[in-house]
Amino acid sequence: MADEVVVLDTWASMFGMRVRIALAEKVIKYEYKEQDLKNKSELLLKMNPVHKKIPVLIHNGKPVCESLIIVQYIDEVWKDRCPLLPSDPYQRAQARFWADFVDAKVYPVSRRIWATKGEEQEAAKKEYFETYKILEGELGGKPYFGGETFGFVDIALITFYSWFYAYETFGNFSMEAECPKIIAWVKRCLQRESVAKTLPDQKKVLDFVVGLRKNLGLE
Amino acid sequence: MVEEVKLLGMWASPFSRRIELALKLKGIQYEYIEEDLKNKSPLLLKYNPVHRKVPVLVHNGKPVAESLVILEYIDETWKDNPLLPQDPGDRASARFWARFIDEKLSAAVRKVIMGEEREKALEEYFQLLKMLENELKDFFGGESLGYLDIAAMTVAFWFVNVQEVVGVEPLTEEKFPILDKWICKLQDMDVVNECRPPKEKLLPHMRAHVEASQSAPK
Repeated sequence: MADEVVVLDTWASMFGMRVRIALAEKVIKYEYKEQDLKNKSELLLKMNPVHKKIPVLIHNGKPVCESLIIVQYIDEVWKDRCPLLPSDPYQRAQARFWADFVDAKVYPVSRRIWATKGEEQEAAKKEYFETYKILEGELGGKPYFGGETFGFVDIALITFYSWFYAYETFGNFSMEAECPKIIAWVKRCLQRESVAKTLPDQKKVLDFVVGLRKNLGLE
Repeated sequence: MVEEVKLLGMWASPFSRRIELALKLKGIQYEYIEEDLKNKSPLLLKYNPVHRKVPVLVHNGKPVAESLVILEYIDETWKDNPLLPQDPGDRASARFWARFIDEKLSAAVRKVIMGEEREKALEEYFQLLKMLENELKDFFGGESLGYLDIAAMTVAFWFVNVQEVVGVEPLTEEKFPILDKWICKLQDMDVVNECRPPKEKLLPHMRAHVEASQSAPK
């Protein structure tokens, strides 16, 4: 039976990118439907009535919401190839913990880098570097967060790379200078086709963020 | 090899109590260590340096933190009496609603506590609670307690108390018949009662917490 897979997403969403990378890693064909979040489609409202957000994976008509939940779903359904989570329960718990950390810590502080200015932005920058120091500590000498293989935590974090240029521009810093280990890890991940083909151009994201800042009255 | 399971917890924390219930449902022996969150122990700081929070499960010396992560770890390590469903779609749904409780529903409760536009905040909370109720059969897990029931204990025994503490309209059988029935079923279960703080102890504790957060600088 042919699987029907549809992804409701927006091109610049680092959450949506996680789903697309996971699908690419598993070599799953899907139909991509770009959403207009200022004018939400009936389909989106029907498939995610609770949050009305992207990404949503629709598998044979049934929706799955929340990017990390979707990635785990993809891993469990297409379990015959390319595992995204480790098989050992303790390693899996570590992977879930760190993916949760990315959502709980990296996302909000990253947003404050471009969405604030002055003292608030300075405070955000400090917290941002502290957060990445913790991540660099967790990465250690491993090639990927998952160890020898690219996996769940790598997928959770790598999508933020497409927004780095925007953070660097508005925060006035260099990720290469502040977080060299992370940049080395990024370069390793970019060698994977799934990542290279999914992540949008950083300059395009920068333009998009300029637009967001205008809406907030920051430009 | 003898299994060594420790739980670092706090008696009034719904997150900590989730783990106690999961361990009891699985019949796992464990050592419970009560943490004083105003004076965090070196053990807690060692086992959860990132967040410094409870609960932390320590299994043969290896720590696992974050209650929902711990629940899945317990389910995958001790495979009897599964907590999560088998079907990937059902698993995704259970995970979705657990997150919903901890993020969206919890934020709505916080708004009710804060007191600004309380009527509106309460209405919003009830709307979200209805969405959760629509997922309920006998139990969220179907015919028996599962992962989502464990997560939803927060609603049954903590959020419900918030309504009482703050003096707003309680969760009535009339408004939420299915949820009310589920809570009554839980209250009849020994294993659940062993894992929740007595109301007479919890209410004053929550009252103090609410007062502290209302007077805290914004």
